[in-house]
Amino acid sequence: MEFSYEIKDSYAEVKANGRLNMVSAPKLREFVTDVIAGGSSRIVVNLENTAFMDSSGLGALIGCLKAARQAGGDLRIAAVQPQVKMVLELTSMDRVLTSYASAEEAFSHD
Amino acid sequence: MTRFWTRLIVVLTAILGLNYVSWRWTASLNWDAWWISVPLVLAETYSLIDVMLFGMTVWKLKLRKGAPEAPHDATVDVFITTYNEPLDMVLATARAAQRIRHPHSTWILDDGARPELKTLAEQHGLGYVTRGEDWTDRPRHAKAGNLNNALMVTHGEFLLILDADQVPEPDILEKTVGYFNNRRVALVQTPQYFNNVPADDPLGSQAPLFYGPIQQGKDGWNAAFFCGSNAILRREALMQLGLVGYVKETEKSIRRALAASRSAIRHARKSADRESPLIARVLDEVEAATLEAQRQMDDGGPLGEITYRVRRRVDQAVQALVMADVSALQADLEEIAAMELAHVGEAGVPVVADDAVKRMSARDWSPLGALESVQAVLDALSVERNDEAQPVMPLATISVTEDMATAMRMHAMGWESVYHHEILAYGLAPEDLKTMLTQRLRWAQGTIQVMLRENPLVQRGLKLGQRLMYFATMWTYLSGYAAVIYFAAPIIYLLLGILPVASLSTDFFIRFVPFMIVNQLLFAVAGRGISTWRGQQYSLALFPTWIKACSTAARNVWFGRPLGFAVTPKARQSGGPSWSLIRPQIVVAVLLAAAAVVGLVRLAAGLAEPLGTLINVAWVIFDLAVMSVLLRAVRYKGFESVVESKPQERKSGGV
Repeated sequence: MEFSYEIKDSYAEVKANGRLNMVSAPKLREFVTDVIAGGSSRIVVNLENTAFMDSSGLGALIGCLKAARQAGGDLRIAAVQPQVKMVLELTSMDRVLTSYASAEEAFSHD
Repeated sequence: MTRFWTRLIVVLTAILGLNYVSWRWTASLNWDAWWISVPLVLAETYSLIDVMLFGMTVWKLKLRKGAPEAPHDATVDVFITTYNEPLDMVLATARAAQRIRHPHSTWILDDGARPELKTLAEQHGLGYVTRGEDWTDRPRHAKAGNLNNALMVTHGEFLLILDADQVPEPDILEKTVGYFNNRRVALVQTPQYFNNVPADDPLGSQAPLFYGPIQQGKDGWNAAFFCGSNAILRREALMQLGLVGYVKETEKSIRRALAASRSAIRHARKSADRESPLIARVLDEVEAATLEAQRQMDDGGPLGEITYRVRRRVDQAVQALVMADVSALQADLEEIAAMELAHVGEAGVPVVADDAVKRMSARDWSPLGALESVQAVLDALSVERNDEAQPVMPLATISVTEDMATAMRMHAMGWESVYHHEILAYGLAPEDLKTMLTQRLRWAQGTIQVMLRENPLVQRGLKLGQRLMYFATMWTYLSGYAAVIYFAAPIIYLLLGILPVASLSTDFFIRFVPFMIVNQLLFAVAGRGISTWRGQQYSLALFPTWIKACSTAARNVWFGRPLGFAVTPKARQSGGPSWSLIRPQIVVAVLLAAAAVVGLVRLAAGLAEPLGTLINVAWVIFDLAVMSVLLRAVRYKGFESVVESKPQERKSGGV
């Protein structure tokens, strides 16, 4: 699993490439926490290259959402792949996290 | 009477052979030229062992009087195996199979899954079987897989196996099924005979020595083996073989998985985040489960129960892990809701349902999947044999010649076999050198695979005689290396004057000549008038094929490399003579001829011994005579039948 981020106009885009699973989930949490600590609390997690997510990955994503909200911002997800979409629907987390088609769209209305 | 003479000559061959070869080892080696003298004496030792194994085979030559009457209610399935043979050929064989008199059902086993063939089968009231979905993306195991697949959808007590080109006689079952009245008999093999072969048999297709004294001799040792076609097998024996194999394979794979589990868990602990208590806890649980399984294995516990317990224990741990993830997530959501209710939605905080937890814990989405090596261990701790299309594989799949491997396993389990020496099916042999070479290569590769994977000398359950009978067949396929030395030795002498023997004295001749004479006499008497010359020629002349078979099979067995396996085409390959197929032999023949000329020139110039030169030139002439068969083979244009090719009278030996 590889993480990277890029500061855009109104948000920070975090890319998670690979499988977001038990091993990589804590790293995502740590990574996003660092980005928030760096001053960006509006986060888009771009899941374009995340082919797989398990319950730990899902937990990490919600943990990151919480951290972003605590910092006064928000966390959104974009470009969800089929398996991840299934996991979100199955756990009804799609009601909490709306998936945007692309990272640019996520904060385009606010 | 013949039996007495055969045995007498076998004894003489053994005595004279041991006398000669032991003298060669102890008193005749030219150590100054050890690089040729040692290989030569090794080659001679190889040949002595070969002829002694042959002698042992014919020692117990069994001439059967024919089978007792077949019980009319014995049910038989006739299997015609095909992959890409012409449809009219398959249909002709199948129609002939329908005309077999003993009650039976006829099945076409089409590994090519050709819809046209299916239609034809339906039109003629023939059974038609292809592989099911289970075989997709799993090892197909060629013909063995085809037969194993068909065994699961048919139910005859006995199975007659026919290659697509082997047209059976109507009485093939009446003549053979009666042997199964003996409850221990699992296999009756009949000869393979080919209609499309001219009298001089340029490609050495007929194997009169093998489908004759050799199989009859093996029969005497209860070691006649299955040759893939024209044989009847007892289903019960095959299924027993499949079940025993299944249990053995499953136990082996579980033991292997348990052995690998310790290091997999250790690696997972190291590579996974050490801070994560969740991973550590799951790994502890997996370790405890595997240790318990190991203990139960050592106590001889049932495999099904052991693997089920591991799975349940690990599943529970995984479910606990997912639950922990979910409750952490739930706690986070509640905190978020407390901060900013509106964002979470009107329905309040979503709650993850129980069946969602179950789904997230299933094998494909389990967090444990992150630890691939651990997951691989757990997957292997199963009794389903997920890596194969069907758990029970009655025909052995360890070799491309599944027939011999299967027969050997049957013998090891105490079953008996019969060789019925009467032609009851007529087939088609390859009609060009290329196809023939492909076929020989495949047989040799398969035999060497069996030797390396399940060496008969150390197989439990086989009697000593049976071990040696299987080993004898394998041993003959090592002849390529000996042939190279037999070609090299005269070339080296004639060109360089280096003699691998200390001296060509009377000592040499009085030991060598009698041995050679009884050796040839043995083949003449044991063969009872059969011409064995063609066979002798090919066993030397195809040395590149035998060597290639040994090296590719060894690479396959030891390093898992593919064999480059090809199905033998039954239709003739077109094109002119392909000299490139026998390039190594042409090179050797040219070297031999050139060496003879040089040797004679050296003799004329007084540089060489007359006796040594003469013997080596004679040796060269013998080698060239051996290889001359290839000249005919490469120019052979295929079979042209003058009259109806089926012999008026059946060739029949002892029966």
